[in-house]
Amino acid sequence: MSLTIPITVDFSGGLEMLFSNKRRHSLSIPALFTEEKDGKGEGEGEGEEEDKGKPVTIAFLVDYLCKNFMKDPRSDLFVLDGHIRPGILVLINEADWELEGEETYEIQAGDNILFVSTLHGG
Amino acid sequence: MAPALCAICKTERALIKRPKNHAKLCKGCFISIFEDEVHYTITSSKLFFPGEKVAIGASGGKDSTVLASVLKTLNERHNYGLDLVLLSIDEGIKGYRDDSLETVKRNAVQYDMPLKVVGYDELYGWTMDQVVETIGKKGNCTYCGVFRRQALDRGAKMLGIKHVVTGHNADDVAETILMNLLRGDLPRLSRSTSIVTGDNRSEVKRSKPLKYSYEKEIVLYAHHKKLDYFSTECLYSPEAFRGSARSLIKQLERVRPSAILDIVRSGEDMARLVPGESSSGCGCKEKSDTLAVAVDDGGGGGCGSTNGRSPGGEMAAMEQELRQNEAFEGLEIDVASTISRVKETEKEAQKDVPLKNGNKNVRPVARQVLGSCKRCGYMSSQDICQASHIQAGRPRCPFVLVKSLIGSAAKGKGKSNDDSIGNQRLEGDRHGDGVFGLVVNCVSCIVEELEGGKGKAYAEPCAALNGGLYLPR
Repeated sequence: MSLTIPITVDFSGGLEMLFSNKRRHSLSIPALFTEEKDGKGEGEGEGEEEDKGKPVTIAFLVDYLCKNFMKDPRSDLFVLDGHIRPGILVLINEADWELEGEETYEIQAGDNILFVSTLHGG
Repeated sequence: MAPALCAICKTERALIKRPKNHAKLCKGCFISIFEDEVHYTITSSKLFFPGEKVAIGASGGKDSTVLASVLKTLNERHNYGLDLVLLSIDEGIKGYRDDSLETVKRNAVQYDMPLKVVGYDELYGWTMDQVVETIGKKGNCTYCGVFRRQALDRGAKMLGIKHVVTGHNADDVAETILMNLLRGDLPRLSRSTSIVTGDNRSEVKRSKPLKYSYEKEIVLYAHHKKLDYFSTECLYSPEAFRGSARSLIKQLERVRPSAILDIVRSGEDMARLVPGESSSGCGCKEKSDTLAVAVDDGGGGGCGSTNGRSPGGEMAAMEQELRQNEAFEGLEIDVASTISRVKETEKEAQKDVPLKNGNKNVRPVARQVLGSCKRCGYMSSQDICQASHIQAGRPRCPFVLVKSLIGSAAKGKGKSNDDSIGNQRLEGDRHGDGVFGLVVNCVSCIVEELEGGKGKAYAEPCAALNGGLYLPR
């Protein structure tokens, strides 16, 4: 599946430094993804899922960003225990992600996702 | 998912979910309610009087930038009649503070406020870069934090200003409350809940107009108002203990957003239960309040990731105040003796109950206050100051800290007691406590030499008063 969707991802509040010191990133991310299974060969429906894939979510994006764009070894400043570190705000098209389903929000083409840290200097 | 509408105007799309009550608000309604709540804090706590000159402790970071913006807005909207000035401290950290100061300079133009920058180098003869070069990164935050708070007061005095407001937010206060709770330090917990600290008789007082504002909302306010702020971690990493309290707060917030304000309220309620400590809106009459501050900040604070987070006070101010307290004692006795509780409280206080030493009704307070810590030599109401006592083996008093840091730096390099680092000559272990290095006790701080007469050589004004670390010859 090679479909991609264009989005912009912004980092601010100090998170820029984890991502090449760049605030805005225009990305093409896969439109669909297949969920990784914990135990290999455990799920019988695996093959089926691979064919279909699922719409990408914020959870996927976070993982994707860490794997592909994190230039800094301190990934724990962004992700803690597999989730966005508490204290980092996520805005989806300017709206608090808490209004949009948080990690389960399905990303649409043209979305702007802003990660802003509240954890740095005051 | 259909976009939710604003709970207030019911027309615009909701963009913010408030942590305190889960209200979903649009941008415009959020900005106005945020400002209204700060206005309410200011008026209900009677923070300002018309015509007052107020210095905003400005770091260029989100909190102080939002504070400056909100105060300017409210000052104009509600005719506070305040004369607002930005006051910045230049700790001398290249690549960090010089960049953030550029932000403050832009803020000065954006908000049309005068800006005063006070540098560590001019006040103390040291920049933090030089300090770190000498003592290393470990623990430098404490040193920096204590001196920054004093620098803010001195900067304010240079401007003839008696009131400094800082950008401490609800998360900061909750964090400090938790830290003091974890340390079992109720008196300090109590003081940390006050919205105003310091003394309004003659010295600089401090207040925190954003005390009830969530950090999240501060960041969102800055974002939606497109404020120009600076955010980079200080190069010299934050103190670990505060860092973990901070993580805890943030994790609690994820699970239960109201937790932060709940902790602040719990702290205020606990403060009321602490004998002799006042957490009333204004701690200005509390001798112990100001007194505790240096120790307070020396231990608790450092800078962590937020500058000057703890309620501030100042060493020199403290000393001066102590002298004043002595002078005022004669005046206070009448007031005190009319209070019925005095007798019994006095007895208790004399039995060295540290928890009660802040009771303003108790005459012996000033006496207690005027002692010096036997360990660090810094002013304390007890034989061993709380800082030294609680963190036995890890002294918190900035003066001892400097000594121990230099000492450990020397040990680390395998040098002998009287060796030197850079151009600093180190002293031997004069105290017999395994700590050796700089001796920075001060004739003005120490009424009585507690080191068995060894301290003649210490008879120099301290760094805080003298503009530089005192280096023994």
